[in-house]
Amino acid sequence: MSDNLLPLSGPDSPPMANGEIIFEAPWQSRTFGMAQALCLEGHYSWDEFREVLIAGIRKWEMQHQGKDVDFQYFDIFLDSLMQLLSDRGLLQSDAIRDRIDQYTARPHGHDHSH
Amino acid sequence: MTDHNSPQGIRAEAIESLLIDKGLLSAEVVDAVITTYTERVGPMNGAKLVAKAWSDPAFKADLLADATKVVNGLGFEGGQVDKLIVKECGLMDHHVVVCTLCSCYPWAVLGLPPAWYKDPEYRSRIVREPRKVLAEMGLELSPEVRIHVWDSSAEVRYLVLPLRPDGSEALSEGELEQLVSRDSMIGVTKLPSL
Repeated sequence: MSDNLLPLSGPDSPPMANGEIIFEAPWQSRTFGMAQALCLEGHYSWDEFREVLIAGIRKWEMQHQGKDVDFQYFDIFLDSLMQLLSDRGLLQSDAIRDRIDQYTARPHGHDHSH
Repeated sequence: MTDHNSPQGIRAEAIESLLIDKGLLSAEVVDAVITTYTERVGPMNGAKLVAKAWSDPAFKADLLADATKVVNGLGFEGGQVDKLIVKECGLMDHHVVVCTLCSCYPWAVLGLPPAWYKDPEYRSRIVREPRKVLAEMGLELSPEVRIHVWDSSAEVRYLVLPLRPDGSEALSEGELEQLVSRDSMIGVTKLPSL
């Protein structure tokens, strides 16, 4: 496990403050947990995930150079996970889209019972 | 309770549910990863502080006087803390921690915050009606116990030193460490008697 931990420095390091990774919403820690879990289960190596992540960050930087847009690390992290899953044939992108549409259509308050 | 209605929350949830449907992943493994990661720097450090404070009165005095100095002197992985204050629970005083603005949390001693800590409902209600919220979370405090709510910020983080469980008198520091839960150090639960 310790070899697979997210590096806390380098181009792909997550946002930090006061020694902490900043997770701004539960989906961010969830996404982070999924990416690590899939790696532990042997679906890809952590280096492979990092390559996609670093490429995503570079691409974002090129596209947003000189523009006043906030860098959202975990947005890119989630995009990278989706891309790797699709590249590996683990999830089809249309299946992801269908599921997103299905969840988006849920009435507000559907999850308030838990 | 969740952020399942935000676009990114929905995307993350959709992916997780598909992965689970396909048998590529289980929610438990994701939970376990988060927990393992959390414990790398997480509650184990806080539990060490608590067990040591229970066992060593001089250490406890130092911790209550200047937790920042004590913790930074111990060199925990996860970085330095800028300002940490430890609040000791007593028989008549209970302490609980919140961050009303966002989700500031003493990462170096408690790891990743639990999801409910970031929940707007917890953040707003624990200040207004702490006794009720704690009761809903399973901690019934008698009316004469004073409840102190500490609001964390980017500058100041709080750690609760819970009451040592009854029946733990003969335990070693290492054994005591195992008893200390994360939630007891946030102040939303008490440690049960042995």
